[in-house]
Amino acid sequence: MKAMESFVAPTPARINYLNATYGLKSWLLTKDHKRIALLYLGSISFFFFIGGLYAMFIRLELLTPQGDLLQSTTYNKVFTQHGIIMVFFFLIPSIPATLGNFLVPMMIGAKDLAFPRINLLSWYIYMLGGIVTIYALLAGGIDTGWTFYTPFSTTFSNSYVIAAGLGIFINGFSSILTGLNFIVTIHTMRAPGMTWFRMPLFIWSHYATSLVMILGTPVIAITILLLAFERLAHIGIFDPAAGGDPVLFQHLFWFYSHPAVYIMVLPGMGVVSELIANFSRKNIFGYSFVAFSSLAIAVFGFLVWGHHLFVAGQSVYAGMIFSFLSFAVAIPSAIKVFNWTATLYKASISYDTPMLYALGFIGLFTIGGMTGLFLASLAVDVHLSDTYFIVAHFHYIMVGGTLLAYLGGLHYWWPKITGRMYPEGWARFSALIIFVGFNLTFLPQFVLGYLGMPRRYHVYPAEFQVLHVLSTAGASILGFGLLIPLVYLVWSMRYGKIAAANPWNLPGLEWQTSSPPLTENFELTPIVTWEAYEFAPPEETEVVGKFRDKRVEEV
Amino acid sequence: MQTSWIPFVPPSASTLSGKVDALYFYLSGVTVFFTLLIGGVLIFFVIKYRRRSPYEIPRPIAGSHKLETLWSVIPFIIAMSMFAWGAQLYFQNSRPPQNAIEIYVVGKQWMWKIQHTTGQREINELHVPVGRRVKLIMTTEDVIHDFFIPAFRIKADVVPGRYTTQWFEATKPGTYHLFCAEYCGMNHSGMIGQVVVMEPTDFDNWLSGNTNQQSPAVVGQQLYQTLGCVSCHGASGEGGRGPALGGVFGKQVFLNNGQTIKADEAYIRESIVNPQAKLVNGFGPIMPTFQGQISEEQLVQILAFIKSLQAQGSQAEAPAASAASTVPPPARAASPETSNR
Repeated sequence: MKAMESFVAPTPARINYLNATYGLKSWLLTKDHKRIALLYLGSISFFFFIGGLYAMFIRLELLTPQGDLLQSTTYNKVFTQHGIIMVFFFLIPSIPATLGNFLVPMMIGAKDLAFPRINLLSWYIYMLGGIVTIYALLAGGIDTGWTFYTPFSTTFSNSYVIAAGLGIFINGFSSILTGLNFIVTIHTMRAPGMTWFRMPLFIWSHYATSLVMILGTPVIAITILLLAFERLAHIGIFDPAAGGDPVLFQHLFWFYSHPAVYIMVLPGMGVVSELIANFSRKNIFGYSFVAFSSLAIAVFGFLVWGHHLFVAGQSVYAGMIFSFLSFAVAIPSAIKVFNWTATLYKASISYDTPMLYALGFIGLFTIGGMTGLFLASLAVDVHLSDTYFIVAHFHYIMVGGTLLAYLGGLHYWWPKITGRMYPEGWARFSALIIFVGFNLTFLPQFVLGYLGMPRRYHVYPAEFQVLHVLSTAGASILGFGLLIPLVYLVWSMRYGKIAAANPWNLPGLEWQTSSPPLTENFELTPIVTWEAYEFAPPEETEVVGKFRDKRVEEV
Repeated sequence: MQTSWIPFVPPSASTLSGKVDALYFYLSGVTVFFTLLIGGVLIFFVIKYRRRSPYEIPRPIAGSHKLETLWSVIPFIIAMSMFAWGAQLYFQNSRPPQNAIEIYVVGKQWMWKIQHTTGQREINELHVPVGRRVKLIMTTEDVIHDFFIPAFRIKADVVPGRYTTQWFEATKPGTYHLFCAEYCGMNHSGMIGQVVVMEPTDFDNWLSGNTNQQSPAVVGQQLYQTLGCVSCHGASGEGGRGPALGGVFGKQVFLNNGQTIKADEAYIRESIVNPQAKLVNGFGPIMPTFQGQISEEQLVQILAFIKSLQAQGSQAEAPAASAASTVPPPARAASPETSNR
């Protein structure tokens, strides 16, 4: 218990970031990263709820082979808007903008992010983007699919393409600013002794995510701009009649949107690294491999966009190169899974809710990742492209991965954020419901996909109905499971047990201050003399295999 | 619709489908194995090393580069086996065979228009014989669609302004799904149809049973007259103010910028809708564009006519044609058709 004993948990502070100032203005003009995180938490929960409603309508419509609940035009808008809201307004900001915003400064011992005003600005930009998008939905909606493929989006769709595009365009700047803020903060504001290789893996994954945000997001901005010019002024860049190429759009779109998958899942991997280490009281097996694998994923993630175009008229040789690179990018993810599993060897594993989410993440992410190999494999991808197999695969990554990590992280840091504990029994129960409901929703969709059921169909041949019914049944269980935390988390903010400063007994810096923290996070800037996840003295370290892991020591 | 004996696999009805299934089963096997392995180890550890006392602190374990290298290299080798298998199958199938029956497909919101070289037209149905190779030459009038036949395990986008191709050889008579797999607007899920695979004799009967329709080449010839192509390119493609067309298909053409290009479907299409893009050496930019005046189906018919000219008069027009614009075919077998896919 060396690490834990060396800290005296401060007594709960009367004054903390939540009650330091009062009034709406004190929140809307706050520069405190923790309050901004809460602003984000409220906003993304709102968007998640809208996206979830759309999902419910999709699953209800697909209960029968006929188009009886929704007309085709409505259905097309519903799945498009589900995708746009969930991807751009929930998944991309989810972990970085809430947990990341709250914890990046706290975990490295800083008082705030490097640019507090830019941080607040990023939330306002996000909200502006959100409002413009909501306007597009209310004005009449958009029916292009979240992928906006040309020439349908430029010439044929009669829906609010430009308004929705503008919302995403604006929102992109909030990502860029958040990424910028994280990178500068991590470079310049680490507490004394917090060397790069003492940083929690959550920070490493946010660093990698921020790189992708800064380098990738401008490309989607350019792409949407070109789309809007083409739609308004018919500049011809995507129109073959004017010498353009509709497939060019797909290259540009996926050049951002594939790396965006890593924006969504890398922070989740960071959360899971925290949960696995802290709830098993073990240092992460192969810290440096896990840290560098995040960077490897961020870099290689930019080189695989062409695997979305295997059947889009791309050259055979380009297809083979992208297939190869897509298999290569799977390796760093595999390393993470194996290292997390190895961390549990001879550990002291607790069954608290966050750990249940982390274990669920590893299982579902494994399935999501392995089924990605089917899609990287050229001849099989030709058959599986644009079928329900794809739908199932990316929901395993986005929901089974990112959403579970987000929920796990939210539970884990809830006492720090709110100063209250969530009800453990309800939390474990809902985690189980979510896990079961999720698998029942999306496992049948893998089978549907191989059977040939195309995605984005609201009317389908009757032979697919059984699997669709199973999927809809699962979705209702999943939806119910997700409502439970919504209720008890809100409840716990007022009625939950008062949380101790360090309720889980952990060495991380964020736990070495009161719950909820002071506005400036720490009474005194901490001086870090221990490694990440150091539960026991390093001299007790057991060495497996031949070589001892060499940590880079900075003096 | 036929159902397969395994409920997890669609009907298998082409020479390719069994091969794709074999790779799919390999991928599934590896996935199930690793999911069970990781899930099993996870559950085992979680039970065995559960926290027994709130005060217990396990000994830290340093990572092992040996183990980590092992579990980087083994997945890499397995991934490469998947890559090689999938790429090899894809590469093999990417070249349409030379001796295939050609069928033209034009996608349109929200239907598939299909035309056989013998003149039969179909909408949302495709009749094909067992045991003969069939090559689809596909394009679209409007947005991107995707021609997907699950039972054959083939799929390809149809892209405006391009001809994409795919081919198959059906192995089992029956009726199979045809889907549009690329979202194309309002009635996307209605852009479906069926593929009817027939015994060759039945197919020949079917072909001869619909004789009141003219072949695309014949219709193309009529278009060639009415659109006025004839005045510059000659009544039978012998050339004049415009380049000769007889025998030009599939050959290399000298352009006035010094380059050469193969006169494939894409080049001929471009030369009709955007004639100034790549001018044949020795000819001025005098041809008007036919963009917007001619449908994709008509383009396909003119294309079929120009292709047919090759067979008719390549001997007679060879001297004039080769002098002006073409060179003898450079060993066609060695340069398989480079289509867009």
